[in-house]
Amino acid sequence: MTNTPVILTRDLTKSYASLKAVQGLNLSVEPNCITAFLGQNGAGKSTTIKMLLGMIRPSSGDGTVLGKRITDAGENREMRRKVAYVAENKPLYGYMSVEQTVRFASSFYPDWRTDVANRLLSQYKLPHRRKVKSLSKGMRTKLALLLAFARRPDLLILDEPSEGLDPVGIEHLLQTLVAQSAEGVSIFFSSHQIAEVERIADHVCILDNGRLLVNASLDRLRQSYRRIDLVFPFPPPEREFRIVGVEKIRINGNEMSVFASMNSEAVVERARNLKVVSVEVAPVGLRDIFLETVKEN
Amino acid sequence: MFFKLNPTTGQPLYLQLMQQIRHAAETGALQDGEQLPGIRTLAEELVVSPNTIAKAYSELEHDGILELRHGSGAFLTVRRRTRSLIDHVQVARRRLRDLIERLREEGLLDEEIRRAFEAELLYPAEIVGKR
Repeated sequence: MTNTPVILTRDLTKSYASLKAVQGLNLSVEPNCITAFLGQNGAGKSTTIKMLLGMIRPSSGDGTVLGKRITDAGENREMRRKVAYVAENKPLYGYMSVEQTVRFASSFYPDWRTDVANRLLSQYKLPHRRKVKSLSKGMRTKLALLLAFARRPDLLILDEPSEGLDPVGIEHLLQTLVAQSAEGVSIFFSSHQIAEVERIADHVCILDNGRLLVNASLDRLRQSYRRIDLVFPFPPPEREFRIVGVEKIRINGNEMSVFASMNSEAVVERARNLKVVSVEVAPVGLRDIFLETVKEN
Repeated sequence: MFFKLNPTTGQPLYLQLMQQIRHAAETGALQDGEQLPGIRTLAEELVVSPNTIAKAYSELEHDGILELRHGSGAFLTVRRRTRSLIDHVQVARRRLRDLIERLREEGLLDEEIRRAFEAELLYPAEIVGKR
């Protein structure tokens, strides 16, 4: 097991005319981990993923996926053999049946896992003989995921994999991701499902307006983000609390609410020195971390 | 053994799992020598990253509570040292129970007591010392 990042980018940038879709992205994704890629619609997630896969060319900057340069066509081909990608729109051949699609895909990959494909076919309850064009959106998603999971890739890149899935489908998806991770597959996936991300991710990257705002382990986020609610006997001086880690301060009369990405102990200490009357420190969930981070930007 | 991890408590999941395994050993829900599920099995059951389970197991091994045997899983080892820890915890619990009872008698609501406990636990020792 090595610790070389499976994805590494340096100042990766993509501009369309005056629009900067991705700006100076320095991304590092660790191997053997589940990494979630969060961002609002239009934040640049899909553009980033497409650059990583060599589907669109960066305007500037560069990067590697599994050690292969993304801007080199030859290296890119080699990399694509070991990376399974499920796109947002899940392109499949509509005229093929589910069974034909699986057989067709299996013929491309020497490491194809028939056992995985069969298990997922029954777990996902996919109708073998139904034509792809008459599958529901959720079924198409499940089929596309099955094709990626059965390939035994080194790295799975999934763009909004839970889109269109019902709660049972999402639970199956998460279980499969966990199982793949247990087999040593590195996983990088974009998602809007923060509650699901919070359950299975080791690392979280938050992208907003093409910029990477957070790139940290979920354990670190859990331990360091705090909301501190304080009550003073007088209107508190805001500037006393503008220290490293304090992301936002709200004051309402004698009350103050501090949103801190770290250093919550120092905030409490300062409050104590100012004769604070009441202190409440509460952990912050990933949803609030995400919302506060993109709001600040 | 049933474990329940809560992703929104502000505590890493591996720490929660460690505490629950410790607690199970303390209460006797898990016995000396008992086998815990494999990393993959438990990860799929709890639907969490396998790294969460691996980290909890390896920390518990470091603490001498688990023995990881390659290929055959994780086994609980409640040694003498752990036993004395268990006794300490039980004594501490009795003292906490008395304290909580006193606070209630003084008119504090459970919610207020809970918040006070959480606040104290969240502050590092040096700040507490300066008060």
